Amino acid sequence: MQPDSLSFIFLNAALINNFVLALFLGLCPFLGVSAKLETAVPMGLATCFVMLVSSVCAYGINLILTSFHIEFLRLIAYIAVIASAAQLVEMILKKFMPGLFRALGIYLPLITTNCAILGLALFQTFKQYDFVQSLTYAIGAGAGFTLAITIMAGLRERTELANVPNVAKGAALSLMIAGLLSLSFMGFAGLGGSL
Amino acid sequence: MTNQNEEQSPQKTPTLPMIAVLGGVAMLSGFLVVLVFQLTKPYIAENQRRATQEAVSKVIPDAVVQKQFLIADGEISPFDKDKKGLSIFAGYDAGGALLGIAAPANAQGYADMITLLYGYDHTCECIRGIRILKMAETPGLGDMIKLDPQFQKNFVRLDASLNKEGSALKNPIVTVKHGAKKNNWEIDAISGATISSRAVGKALNKSAQMLLPKLRPHLPTLRSGQPDLAKIK
Amino acid sequence: MKQKQDETLTLNVFTEGLWRENPVFVMLLGMCPVLAVSNTGFNALAMGLATTFVLVTSGAIVSLLRNIIPKQARIATYIIIIATFVTIVDYLIQAISLELYNALGAFIQLIVVNCIILGRAEAYASRQRLVKTVINALGMGAGFTLALLCLGIVREVLGAGSLFGIDLFGPRFEPWVIMILPAGGFIVLSLLLLGFNWINQRISARKEETGTHHAAG
Repeated sequence: MQPDSLSFIFLNAALINNFVLALFLGLCPFLGVSAKLETAVPMGLATCFVMLVSSVCAYGINLILTSFHIEFLRLIAYIAVIASAAQLVEMILKKFMPGLFRALGIYLPLITTNCAILGLALFQTFKQYDFVQSLTYAIGAGAGFTLAITIMAGLRERTELANVPNVAKGAALSLMIAGLLSLSFMGFAGLGGSL
Repeated sequence: MTNQNEEQSPQKTPTLPMIAVLGGVAMLSGFLVVLVFQLTKPYIAENQRRATQEAVSKVIPDAVVQKQFLIADGEISPFDKDKKGLSIFAGYDAGGALLGIAAPANAQGYADMITLLYGYDHTCECIRGIRILKMAETPGLGDMIKLDPQFQKNFVRLDASLNKEGSALKNPIVTVKHGAKKNNWEIDAISGATISSRAVGKALNKSAQMLLPKLRPHLPTLRSGQPDLAKIK
Repeated sequence: MKQKQDETLTLNVFTEGLWRENPVFVMLLGMCPVLAVSNTGFNALAMGLATTFVLVTSGAIVSLLRNIIPKQARIATYIIIIATFVTIVDYLIQAISLELYNALGAFIQLIVVNCIILGRAEAYASRQRLVKTVINALGMGAGFTLALLCLGIVREVLGAGSLFGIDLFGPRFEPWVIMILPAGGFIVLSLLLLGFNWINQRISARKEETGTHHAAG
C-alpha cells in the first residue's frame, strides 16, 4: 500500500496511529463520556462530524494564511474555526434532530476543547495533505475515535458488574483498561507497510 | 439597587461593546504574536541552519563549506525555498574540491515516516553514510536503525552506481534479510527490525533512482561551485 | 489582622493547586499532554513549564480585563487570549531549542485546548484580582508539572534506564520498553492515580479516627 494512498491514510488514522490510543488525543471525552454505550456512540459520531467540518475549514484557512504569509496566526484561526464548527453542529442538531441534541446535552460544547480535533487540523497541515487526503484523514480519525470510545464503553459497562476495590474505582480503572486497549491496538502497526 | 444594574446589561443587547472588546482583544493578540514572531525569527532560522549543517557534516565528513542547491526542470540553481525541485547539499573541502552530495530521503516505516539524509560520493558512485533525521519507530527495536553500529556499517560504501545510459541505478538498492548480504548494493537488515530496515532501503532507493540520473550532468557545475555562471540546459 | 488573613489566603491559593486540587490527579484535566509528553523527564519538565507559562500569562490578562469582557463573548475571548500565548510559547521554544521543539511536537500547540487553562480562566481568573490569579496559576502549573514529572521520571527510568538523559544502569540494563510506549503511559498514570487515591483514603481515615477519639474522649 502506498503511503500516499487514500486507503492507507484512512487505515493510518483509524487503526495504526489511532488518535486516542496511540496519539493520546481526545482523552477528556474518551474518559469522561465512555461510561455508557448510549452516550459514547453519539459522542463519537458528533465528533466525526465536527472533525469533517473542521478539516475542510482548516484546509481552506491554511490556503489563505500561506498565500498571505501570515502562518503565525494559524493556531488562533484554527481554534476559532473549531469553536465555530462545534457551535454550528449544535445549532444544526437543535433545529433538525432535537432528540439527539437533548441526549448529548453538555457533551457538545465539550467538543471544542477536544484535542483530537485541533490535533487533526494541525497534523493534516504538517503532513501537507491535499483536500481529498485531508478529508480521508478526518474520516479515518473520526472512525478511529468512535471505535475506541465504543469499545471502551462496552468494557466499562462490563466492569460495572465486577468487584472493584475502592482505590481503583473511577479513573484509575479506566486508564488501566485504556492501557490494555492501547497495547492491543499496537497489533495494527505495520498494517500497510509491507513490501 | 444593584439588581437594576445587572439586569440592564443583558437587556441592552450589548453587541457593540461585545464586538469592541473582542476586536480589541484580537488586535492586541495579533500585535503580541507578530512581535514575538519577529523577535524570534532570527534565532529560529539560526537553529535550523545549525541543525542542517550538523546533519550534512555527519554524512559528508571533512566538508568545510556547504552549499545548498535546487535541481528543477533539468537546471541547477542556488537553493530557493519557494521553488519546487530536488534539494541537495554539496560539501567542499578547504581547497574548494567537491567532496560529496547530501540529499534527503524518506519512506514509510513501521509506525510513521522515516526521514533521513544520505551522503553520496561521486568519485566512487556510492553512498558513504546516512543520518536518520526523523523517525517514530519502536524504541529498542525499530529505533536500532539509528543506534546499531552494525547496521550503520552497511552505508560505509553502499553501491549506487548508474547504468551505462545514466538513466537509473545499475542495481537498485534493496534491503535483504539479516546475514544474507552478498553485494555492495544490498543492506543487511537488523534482525527483529525488518520493516524499519526495509524502510531505510526503500527511502534510499527511491531518492537515488530519482536524483542521481538528474545529478550526473550537473557534476561539473557542482565541482566549480558556481551554478549561476554555468547554467547547463 | 487583615494582613495575616490575606497572607494565609495567598499560601493556600498556591498550595491548593499542588495537592488538594491537583489538576491531573484530582480534577483529571489536561490528560492528553500528560500521557503523550511524559516519556522522558526532560520533556515532562519542559511541557510543564510551557503550560505554566500559558496559565500564568493568560490568567493575568483575563484577570486584568475581567470587568470589561462581556459575559456572552467570554469563552471566545478567553480562547483567543490563550491561543495567543500558546503561539508565543511555541515560537519561544523553537528559538530556544529545536531539539526540544521536535521532541514535544504538536503538543505545544495543543496546550491551547488543555482544559485546565480554559477551566481556570472561567472559574478563577475571571473573578479574582490579578495577584491572586497569578499565584493560583503558579500553583496549578506547579501541580501539573509535578504530575508530569512523576510520570516522566518513572517512564524514563524504567523504559530507557536514564534520568534526564543521564544513563543510570549501564549497558547491561534491559529497558522495559512498554513504559515509553503509549500503553505504558496509560498504565503508569493509572497506578499513580491508584497510589494517590490510596494516600488520600488513609489521610481521611486517620482524620476520622482522631475525630471519633475526640468525640469519645
